[in-house]
Amino acid sequence: MDINDIIKPENLVYDKSPLQIDTIMHYCPGCSHGVVHKLVAEIIEELGIQEDTIGVSPVGCAVFAYNYIDIDWQQAAHGRAPAVATGIARTNPEKIVFTYQGDGDLASIGAGEILHACNRGENIVVIFINNAIYGMTGGQMAPTTLIGQPTSTSPNGRDVALNGYPMKMTEIIATLPGTYYVTRQSVHTAATVRKCKKAIKKAFQNVIAKKGTSFVEVVSTCNSGWKMTPVGANTWMEENMFPEYVPGDLKDNDIQKPASGN
Amino acid sequence: MGELRLMKGNEVLAEAAIRCGCDAYFGYPITPQSEVMETLMEQKPWESTGMVVLQAESEVASINMVYGAAASGKKAMTSSSSPGISLMTEGISYIAGAELPCLIVNVQRGGPGLGTIQPSQADYFQAVKGGGHGDYRLITLAPASVQEMHDFVKLAFDLAFKYRNPSMILTDGALGQMMEKVELADYTPRRTKEEIIDQCGSWATTGKTSGREKHVITSLEMDSHKMEQNNLRFQDKFKNIEANEVRYEAIRCDDAELILVAFGTSSRICQKAIELARDKGIKVGLIRPITLYPFPTAIIAELAPRVKGFLSVEMSAGQMVEDVKLAVYNARCITPVEHFGRMGGILPSPNEVVDALESKFLNQ
Repeated sequence: MDINDIIKPENLVYDKSPLQIDTIMHYCPGCSHGVVHKLVAEIIEELGIQEDTIGVSPVGCAVFAYNYIDIDWQQAAHGRAPAVATGIARTNPEKIVFTYQGDGDLASIGAGEILHACNRGENIVVIFINNAIYGMTGGQMAPTTLIGQPTSTSPNGRDVALNGYPMKMTEIIATLPGTYYVTRQSVHTAATVRKCKKAIKKAFQNVIAKKGTSFVEVVSTCNSGWKMTPVGANTWMEENMFPEYVPGDLKDNDIQKPASGN
Repeated sequence: MGELRLMKGNEVLAEAAIRCGCDAYFGYPITPQSEVMETLMEQKPWESTGMVVLQAESEVASINMVYGAAASGKKAMTSSSSPGISLMTEGISYIAGAELPCLIVNVQRGGPGLGTIQPSQADYFQAVKGGGHGDYRLITLAPASVQEMHDFVKLAFDLAFKYRNPSMILTDGALGQMMEKVELADYTPRRTKEEIIDQCGSWATTGKTSGREKHVITSLEMDSHKMEQNNLRFQDKFKNIEANEVRYEAIRCDDAELILVAFGTSSRICQKAIELARDKGIKVGLIRPITLYPFPTAIIAELAPRVKGFLSVEMSAGQMVEDVKLAVYNARCITPVEHFGRMGGILPSPNEVVDALESKFLNQ
């Protein structure tokens, strides 16, 4: 048996989505962005919405998201992606609009824009990559940096007296009546990747059905910024990030809430 | 003859937007221009023309909503007043860098800082020299009447789409609050999806169909050589705008020995000052720039060799006067160029303008 007996369509177990563009990978080995980009591309393909989807890329490492997924994109100023997405979605209600933002973009400089877009219940998907650090600018402290976590602007670890506490954006977002679906996921194992894909797909389906804001946080690794190996970063994330940023659904309006006792 | 009405400048901005087929307005309240959004909310154009009107959480959000809509080929606008425009300058720079057409209206008030809510023209530099970071220009129109507040909404959009560049209407609290007779245009329907694709289909995010490459709206280019090429392309566009879009009005300049240069509210005051001066035997004319960018350099250069002086009358400490001086310099003339202005929300009186002409040019 030679290799050509194996390479046959009926033996295909994995294929790259045609929406994934062959481009020079600018993300570091071990980074979570690549996995989430792949999931978004696959979901847009599976839902057949390539012609109707407009992505909004942030400022940060994912600014170049538009080089990886073959759809129309707009690149927003730092933190402003939810306002840009509002402008697109309000004037193009037939389009499927999503933002893809990091923690510096969404939780720090863009905290106002994300809260108000979610509070208005804009019919958009928000994908929030939380790796507790500024990746592109070289590993500075983010609002989501853990207490004691060293970064280039908190070299002795985040000090509460100086910098305050890790900001739980997803918990805050879930309190807003405008949001329909709010969940926290990760992509560090095959099982969590499958689960995360289901969550992002559900978010896109919600927007297709015009149900309102669907918000997916992906607790992620930045092994370069954290100065760890990819495997070490995964372990560190499980041990340190998950207790603070607990994975799971925070809100799903599809599920009937039990009637209040009193 | 179109429909005649007595309207405030701010109200007519809203009315003109609906009537010219505008797709969206995003704004945030600020005195003295809040009537723009209030009029739109009262008119409910989403029920008639389908125009979207949304109150944003800030000026920062407003201009980024404009970015999103404009990048999908829509006719989008915002309005604000001086402190709000300062907040928008980040977004305006991105819009210019991404070459998006849109309309920004600045109903100026006195500054700096929170300043005052009374009229001013002290945002001239901010409007015509770019305002935000990087080498860019805004096509800047300066209405001098409620009628022009109406007419320039359509003109500003037309120029913005012609050049894929943001346009600004630079007006002030006096024109915004003033009521005058205005002839309203007939309704132009909003463009259909097909018409938007015809007009903007080569660049806008209208959805990636199988027949074309993906469109990416961005001002980012990491390759410096390509970024320089982008800048050279912008500069070519600005030269083209300077060559083709200068608009001004010349009033009683034929026999004039002294020329007032004034725009907007100041130009109205100057028209009265011309009458008072001529009653005293002083031959005065007025150049009223209608486009502040591109500035009407050529007419000033043409007048410079044969007049005794120019007086730039502005509700500021003297900003446009620098462009008048540049125009005179370009004509290789040494004609005196002076400035007279009031600040802090005070309008100059016609008599003060005549006094300034006399003291700066005649009683020496």
